[in-house]
Amino acid sequence: MTSKINVQDKSLLPTLLKKQKDSPFNFLSEDDVNSIAKELKLSRSRVYSTASFYSEISLSPRGKHIIRVCCNAPCENAGKEAIREAITKELGIEIDETTEDKLFTLESVNCLGACFMSPAMRIDDEIYGNLTPEETVKILNTYKKEHVDE
Amino acid sequence: MNNNVEITLNGNKISVPAYISIMEAAKRNGINLPSLCHHPDQRVKAHCRVCVVEVEGRKNLVPSCSTQVADGMVIKTNTARVRETVKTIVELILADHPQECLTCIRNGNCELRQLSDKLGLTNIQAEPSVKRYPIDLSSSTLVRDNNKCIKCGRCAEVCHHVQEVGILYSHNRSTEICISPEYGKKLSEVSCVHCGQCVLACPVGAIYEKDETSKVWDAIQDPEKHVIVQTAPSIRVSIAEEFGLPAGNVSTGKLVSALRNLGFDKIFDTDFAADVTIMEEGNELLQRLKTGGTLPMLTSCSPGWINYIEQYYPELLAHVSSCKSPQQMFGALAKTYYSKVSGIPAEKIFVVSIMPCTAKKYEAQREEMRDSGFQDVDVALTTRELGRMLRSTGTDFSTLPEGQYDEPMGDSTGAAAIFGATGGVMEAALRTVYEVLTGEELKKLEFEEVRGMEGVKSSTVDIAGSPVKVAVAHGLSNAKKILESIKSGKADYTFIEVMCCPGGCIGGGGQPYGSTNARRQERIEALYRLDKDMELRKSHENPAVKKLYDDFLGCPLGETSHKLLHTHYSDRSA
Ligand code: SF4
Ligand code: SF4
Ligand code: SF4
Ligand code: FES
Repeated sequence: MTSKINVQDKSLLPTLLKKQKDSPFNFLSEDDVNSIAKELKLSRSRVYSTASFYSEISLSPRGKHIIRVCCNAPCENAGKEAIREAITKELGIEIDETTEDKLFTLESVNCLGACFMSPAMRIDDEIYGNLTPEETVKILNTYKKEHVDE
Repeated sequence: MNNNVEITLNGNKISVPAYISIMEAAKRNGINLPSLCHHPDQRVKAHCRVCVVEVEGRKNLVPSCSTQVADGMVIKTNTARVRETVKTIVELILADHPQECLTCIRNGNCELRQLSDKLGLTNIQAEPSVKRYPIDLSSSTLVRDNNKCIKCGRCAEVCHHVQEVGILYSHNRSTEICISPEYGKKLSEVSCVHCGQCVLACPVGAIYEKDETSKVWDAIQDPEKHVIVQTAPSIRVSIAEEFGLPAGNVSTGKLVSALRNLGFDKIFDTDFAADVTIMEEGNELLQRLKTGGTLPMLTSCSPGWINYIEQYYPELLAHVSSCKSPQQMFGALAKTYYSKVSGIPAEKIFVVSIMPCTAKKYEAQREEMRDSGFQDVDVALTTRELGRMLRSTGTDFSTLPEGQYDEPMGDSTGAAAIFGATGGVMEAALRTVYEVLTGEELKKLEFEEVRGMEGVKSSTVDIAGSPVKVAVAHGLSNAKKILESIKSGKADYTFIEVMCCPGGCIGGGGQPYGSTNARRQERIEALYRLDKDMELRKSHENPAVKKLYDDFLGCPLGETSHKLLHTHYSDRSA
């Protein structure tokens, strides 16, 4: 009903997303919200309003990589559940949980915009389509490996 | 040039201005469409959809508050489809709303209740509502009950755009949407200035003042207590509205009688203290001019404004006059001067004030406001709380007799009367400063340029051959403009009046519900009429004030004044 209040200054959303990207835990802390408010000369409540409105933004700490699976009908038909189960099994996390090593957070979204290649998942900015559970585990392992190599 | 358009409204062909909304066009032609999120003084939000109508050629119903009329538009406001839709929307709101009307503070003036009555909703299948939110009692002045909030956004709009304080806003999405400070914080955890404008804007009982009427009843019933009351300048032109009478009535005498009926021992006038304030503040300005003190000097009578500058612009506090507000000057004098002349010990005196303001409650409780040795003002009630006390005792306001204020703190001047309007303190101060500086009589008392609802007003006044630049701001978004100009060194003013609320005290957050700008204007005009009709119109001519200085204070800015009538403010930024 009140979504219109959330129409904000053009620069607010990009600033929030950038700050989140710079955060080691992929989220905006209260200090972040306060400093953005100061920087953009907006009230703290306005900044928080936008931050809490967009599902892309998290207000609590998350893993280094955000895995998003979609919960929309077409993917459902295309074995999306098997993919989610594979992730859960491999990483030991359910939707909205973070692995203990703080490497991954699993989230669900309405649509990844990749229905034509479902089942799909997105890790950070990368989309992987036409997945099988085995492939999914492989992809996850490349991220894990990358982290070990660092 | 003809800026009108022809429309058909429920079959009636009418001509209306092209720039207005369908809602406004309907209103001007005999139909009040339902509305909840819309407020006549606010930007259009179009959240609630209870105002929808049918427009020929449009597939969907359109919100009438946000849709402009157009030439040839055919509008229907009462088709079955419109009626069913509106009913369903309101039923949905009610289904999620606590059914507590009988014990609700807005029982009697709730816009949701009125709408449900208007639509004839008698059969809502509401689940017994679960309280989702704890009631926020943390603020010293306001209560927030989010369970009753209908998320119309009116409070957020006023808090962000009229006051630009920015405390309340809409958070989260879909079913989790909630109006609150960030992180769902309590009001006491954020830098709210207690202005109460959100209360005035709220259509329901989701945000309201902390009711302190029972403290006053207890004091009145206590035989040990001598309970005195002071009435702020703007109450006499607004209290009648609490009884459904039109705005802009001057009802000073009835107000006095009403208070006597309640059982107060003495009825005094904050206007008396307003005259004292002018004596002190005028002399402070003269002193700053003489000794090269910090200029421009900013007025200090509006406690919401003081909260604002302390929390948001503490670096400019040196500009603020050290004078206490009239409410607090009265309190300090009541428990010293009045105690002395009446022989009643200060500890027995209980001071109540009737204020248009929620921030006055905060001010009365401040640590600094105990210079009499006691809390100077015991309880500050809003106009609405007084309305409640009076209604509970069966007061029929229009037939009350005309009473008179008591001595020695009941006399006042026209200068004090206009304190309640934006620009009034400035005008009152100029009347006195002019005569003190020039030693001549001021011929024309009206300073028209500082009057009226414009957000920031300025004027240059010639005093003894030297031009004095003054400015007036009301509503904190306008105060902010002035503060920014001082900060950037561009404000070459000598004296600036700032009032927290739009219109000044007559538009305060404690005033009757329905305080639109149109009503504010009526109240302002009533105050200027009052001033014009008064015999004495300059503060320094008030005989009771002269006596106060002769018998007790000595002179303005003297030692006793300094102790009782002046204060200091501190950095409270977060
Ligand atoms: S806010 Fe209005 S509808 Fe809700 S309980 Fe109070 S009076 Fe009733
Ligand atoms: S009292 Fe004033 S500052 Fe505080 S929340 Fe209400 S409108 Fe905002
Ligand atoms: S608190 Fe009142 S004004 Fe604010 S959104 Fe809720 S119902 Fe509307
Ligand atoms: S009054 Fe028009 S949408 Fe709320």
